[in-house]
Amino acid sequence: MMRFTAAAAVAVAVVSADARPSRADTIFVSNEKDNTVTVIDSNTLKVVKTIETGARPRGMAFSPDFKELFICAGDDNRLDVVDTETLEITRTLESGPDPELLDVDPTGQRIYIANEDEGYVTVLERESGKVLAEIPVGVEPEGMAVSPDNKFTVATSEQTSMAHFIDNETFKVTANVLVDTRPRVAEFTRDGKLVWVSAEIGGTVAVIDPVTRKIVKKLAFEIAGVRKELIQPVGVRFTKDGKTAFVALGPANRVAVVDVPTYAVKSYILVGQRPWHMALSADGTKLYVANGLTNDMTIVDVATLKPEKTVAVGRLPWGIVVKP
Amino acid sequence: MPGIMKLGSAAALLVFVGWTAAVRPAAAIPEAPTEASPGALVTKILYVGKRYPEPLPLSLLDKPLTDEGVQGARLAIKENNMTGRLVEQHFDLVEVIAKATEDVVPKVKAELAAGNRLIVADLEPSDLLAVADLPEAKGAVIFNVRSSSDELRQQDCRINLFHIMPNWAMRADAIAQYLSWKKWRRWFVVYGTTPGDKEYLAAIRRAAQKFGAKIVEERSYEFDAGSRRTDSGHQQIQSQMPLLTQGAPDYDVIFVSDAGEAFGDYLLFRTYEPRPVVGSQGLQAVAWHRSFEQYAGTQLQNRFEKQAKRFMTERDYTSWLGVRALGEAVTRTAKNAPEEINSYILSKDFEVAGFKGVGLTFRSWDHQMRQPILLTGPRTLVSISPQEGFLHQKFLTDTMGFDEPETTCRLNK
Repeated sequence: MMRFTAAAAVAVAVVSADARPSRADTIFVSNEKDNTVTVIDSNTLKVVKTIETGARPRGMAFSPDFKELFICAGDDNRLDVVDTETLEITRTLESGPDPELLDVDPTGQRIYIANEDEGYVTVLERESGKVLAEIPVGVEPEGMAVSPDNKFTVATSEQTSMAHFIDNETFKVTANVLVDTRPRVAEFTRDGKLVWVSAEIGGTVAVIDPVTRKIVKKLAFEIAGVRKELIQPVGVRFTKDGKTAFVALGPANRVAVVDVPTYAVKSYILVGQRPWHMALSADGTKLYVANGLTNDMTIVDVATLKPEKTVAVGRLPWGIVVKP
Repeated sequence: MPGIMKLGSAAALLVFVGWTAAVRPAAAIPEAPTEASPGALVTKILYVGKRYPEPLPLSLLDKPLTDEGVQGARLAIKENNMTGRLVEQHFDLVEVIAKATEDVVPKVKAELAAGNRLIVADLEPSDLLAVADLPEAKGAVIFNVRSSSDELRQQDCRINLFHIMPNWAMRADAIAQYLSWKKWRRWFVVYGTTPGDKEYLAAIRRAAQKFGAKIVEERSYEFDAGSRRTDSGHQQIQSQMPLLTQGAPDYDVIFVSDAGEAFGDYLLFRTYEPRPVVGSQGLQAVAWHRSFEQYAGTQLQNRFEKQAKRFMTERDYTSWLGVRALGEAVTRTAKNAPEEINSYILSKDFEVAGFKGVGLTFRSWDHQMRQPILLTGPRTLVSISPQEGFLHQKFLTDTMGFDEPETTCRLNK
């Protein structure tokens, strides 16, 4: 009896010494078709809550202190603001028509929103919800990324196939960089020096130098046994050390792993169907991938690049973000 | 007193200005620019149509339209200009629409002579070929956004003619792939009497052979089933359709060819045997449909409905796509001479996004635009072809329609 208990205790100790972070992250997944956001505890991988949101929730972003989560409710033309402690929607903000993706500036004062149906970017004062500017860009703006130094913002417009550089002081578009067809996401490298822009139909990722506004590198992907037209890059995330990038490839059902210094594609991770957006755990050891057509989330171990587990979420999962 | 008055109105003005600033801050959103900025590269796109007599839709749910096609072109021009203003380019749509009694060809001839040689043609085949064969049209770029005629892609192809609308062979193949996946391989073909009906019939025969289906019988329908305005016409139709479909050998589906929309819709739920109807009615193969929302299709549906106050039809879509393809070519190359456009849209650098999840390109051998084809029921999207498993060494979409080895088109004309 004694021995058995001791063995059990050892087993428990081994389990808890597992690589899992001791303090749980909270994972938020927006379900475009259910009008909900699924909230998952990263330790138990259990659904903590399903938040009812406005219609067609897609892009999500936190305030820098992680106290507020902003959710684009596209068909209701608003942002739902969630208190991340109580998991309740505490207020809504007028976002302009059809918000798709958004970003909050590093000071937490402003929210930059892509208004997909109308071809402009709305800038809100976060506290008051006051509209500071509506900036015309190309047709179907989607990707939004505020530069880490808060000097400018990159918006992509899908049909126009451009990355627009917006001056955060004057709210003027200062440059338009033509990329491949249907750019979806803009993401700054960890050092903030370059911005990666994925082109869904073009099948490439353009790496743009914000200083020269030139494309310094264009990444393409090739997967044995997968047709070229199914390789549709959307989401881009960098590991904590900034050395590795993950690019979600949509209907190719894979996430590409890219070595950032050399731009070499190292491998492809098979996940669920049509992955678009991804998020890293707070400690950087796990990558969470929202799979649009299988209604689930794949958990990938960043060290081994192996998919470890799949967790069911709502219908048509779209965006995914993680709160430490 | 007057001084106070002045002060009061100044304060009121201030309050007013403050209020408007809060509600409509910064710059108001400009619509797509309607005029070119100085120095911009200006591209004129000619939209040519004619008010051909068209049969009224059988269903009262479909309204007769007078602005089909051109509304799509207008939307695409706005979108081209939203992009254009960022790169010093401007696009104008020149609309030439002939009356039913007018000859459209001289009108186009005059426009060609005036230098408008990028054309979106919403024309029937005879007018389309007459335009393409004008001496002034040599070197022009003409997009067919209306006709599905296979002959235009085969023996009647032209070097200055490109086809955005899917042809009959593409449509029949798109349905055939789905039927093959369903293992519904025995087809009972019912066809009407218009030229379009005969062309689609030929495409159905071809598809059966190509995908290994069996046509158990072909039957023509030569009566006028009744018009959309016939009160209590349903009794007659209810007895006619079983008669029409009675006594055929065992079959899985009725494949109907009624491009002229005389009776096809009446087959649904009225056949002698309980079988699905596919083809020109029932399960249809189309380039666009209101029930389609994937690949951001919702965005285009929304924009179109906001502008036109009605649903976007297939011809609105092909007209939109034609103008967008020209816009894409000009934006990418910063050139707008027809010769430059012609070589660019045939190059491997060209692709245009049309909300189908893949880039759309032209076949070099007959200038048909490759595209996935929507398979729709009356109310919802059923599938999208090409179907899984139909492979091609270059483009999966080349499994539908005329592939290079089978083309009879000779483009050196």
